[in-house]
Amino acid sequence: MSSLTRSLISDADLRRGNGRLIYRLVLGTLAVAFVLAFIFPLYWMVTGAMKTPIELAQPSPTLWPTEWHPETYLEAWRRLEIGRYLANTAFYALGGWLIQLIVDVAAAYALSKLRPILGNVVLGGMLASLMLPAAALLVPAYLTVAEVPIFGVNLLNTPWALWLPGAANAFNIYVLKRFFDQIPNDLLDSAGIDGAGRLRLLWHIILPLSRPVLAVVSIFAIIGSWKDFLWPLLVLQEAEGQTISVALSRLASTGRVTNNEMFAGLAIASIPMVVIFMVFQRSILNGLSAGALKG
Amino acid sequence: MTVIAPQSSAAVTRGTGRADAPGGPGSARAARLRRRIGDNLQAYAFLATGLLCFALFSWWPLVKGIILSFQQDNFVTDPIWVGMDNYTAVLDDPLFATAWLNTLEFTGLALLFGFAVPFVLALVINEFRHAKGFFRFAVYLPVMLPPIVSVLLWQYFYDPGNGLFNAVLSGVGLPTSDWNQSPKMAMISLVLVSTWSNMGGATIMYLAGLAGIPGELYEAAELDGATVWQRIRHVTIPQMRFIMLVLLLLQIVATMQVFIEPFQLTGTTNPETITVMVLIYRYAFTINHDFGMAAAMSVLLFIVLGAFSALYLRLTRKAD
Repeated sequence: MSSLTRSLISDADLRRGNGRLIYRLVLGTLAVAFVLAFIFPLYWMVTGAMKTPIELAQPSPTLWPTEWHPETYLEAWRRLEIGRYLANTAFYALGGWLIQLIVDVAAAYALSKLRPILGNVVLGGMLASLMLPAAALLVPAYLTVAEVPIFGVNLLNTPWALWLPGAANAFNIYVLKRFFDQIPNDLLDSAGIDGAGRLRLLWHIILPLSRPVLAVVSIFAIIGSWKDFLWPLLVLQEAEGQTISVALSRLASTGRVTNNEMFAGLAIASIPMVVIFMVFQRSILNGLSAGALKG
Repeated sequence: MTVIAPQSSAAVTRGTGRADAPGGPGSARAARLRRRIGDNLQAYAFLATGLLCFALFSWWPLVKGIILSFQQDNFVTDPIWVGMDNYTAVLDDPLFATAWLNTLEFTGLALLFGFAVPFVLALVINEFRHAKGFFRFAVYLPVMLPPIVSVLLWQYFYDPGNGLFNAVLSGVGLPTSDWNQSPKMAMISLVLVSTWSNMGGATIMYLAGLAGIPGELYEAAELDGATVWQRIRHVTIPQMRFIMLVLLLLQIVATMQVFIEPFQLTGTTNPETITVMVLIYRYAFTINHDFGMAAAMSVLLFIVLGAFSALYLRLTRKAD
């Protein structure tokens, strides 16, 4: 390893004397600790669903199910209607993602490339919303959704109660605008002279160049809406329309659900996120790292 | 319609205006004006949906929250202005102090674990020559789970009768605990699950920061005879100061809004763990059904968090 990429402890030190032994020991210990702390709980959840409720109620937990009951997953799916809540959550996440993308890309494009009068004021107003802690706006936002000003409609118990407030995402607009800013105007000028309209410039030049940033924004939008709890808890009160998180919380407090079915529900709610993480690990972790470095 | 990128459109129209303007400079100016109005209208057409979403669901709720905190509104008859009544009612509530103290306790404990542990972990992982990918994956895995899943899963772990934690503790001969059901351990239980599910983000960001520290600095320090500990103190920490400060502020703002852990693990009526957000939720949606009091409490929380948020934005914007 070259000296340029070295870190706190040099390679030479790690090879010298006890260095190698200590390194192996620390690496091994931390690897075991990480498996126990972060992987094992998921194993516990997935296998817990396959134990019987009696086995789960024993004072000494078993590491390995004495009897395997994978059919609990099917029972939970049917009896707890996990399938319905999963479909709801997916529908809200995908719809929200699409609307966020359309609204925020259009806004970022206008602010970056069309630069209207007062564009900076608008951007400032949007960025100022990053300063507003979501929690402090909870109650007035709820009342706003219950009766939207000017339009006078009630969005409670409709997907729009999640989608429209979700589209007001200053972080997305900021990230997209920064990316669009780096696309040279000459590129647009030459296309513009050929008579391409603004929408076509956006569609045929900007968006294809912006694939990486669109991917990151999309992934975080879907993860965000999948994990959301408090807002859907408030605005989706009818049981049939609830997200899986809210439904699981409600089912857990009814006491009519057996432990193994609950474990199955938790596992099913996690699977889409774990799969997304496995597939897009690089984009997610690098997106986060880039955010950390840029602040 | 011909479209020219806005930055250059003014120059181009001026050029064409001069070249082929039979009607003289007056009509050229009128054409230029028309063009600019057209450009702006188009730009605002692209901005319209975003502007509307922000106006309705971000800017207006802020204004409405402040108005509401000075009103009494039963949503049937017209709202009545009540001056500071909501604020005095909130301040007189014996739970006011409880909620703030609990929130501060949660934030303090969450920082103790959630600020120091990820930093130390990142420091160690960054030295590994193997399996870095595994550590990054594992530590971030809980962040991907829906928070309610983490909390419900830990609820099973905490179960005093047949939970995993007590089984392990008694297995190695340590005293067991009632965890979230014991007044003494309730807050710690909330902090533990919250730290478990959130520390991955900070760890990944610290790792990114550590990877960016130039190797020459360590090289030079080592040549000067600095020990590992001295290198951490005089190279690593100064280099990481900015990102540590940013994450500290972000964590303060996030943990002070804690809701889901007390909501699910200890309930909204447990005085040991009523936080500010839980109290707002109670005011508005369960016990009091009083949106005015909830709004007043929200404004107070907003002022406290807004100060931290503003500091965060100033820091990060300056760095740009």
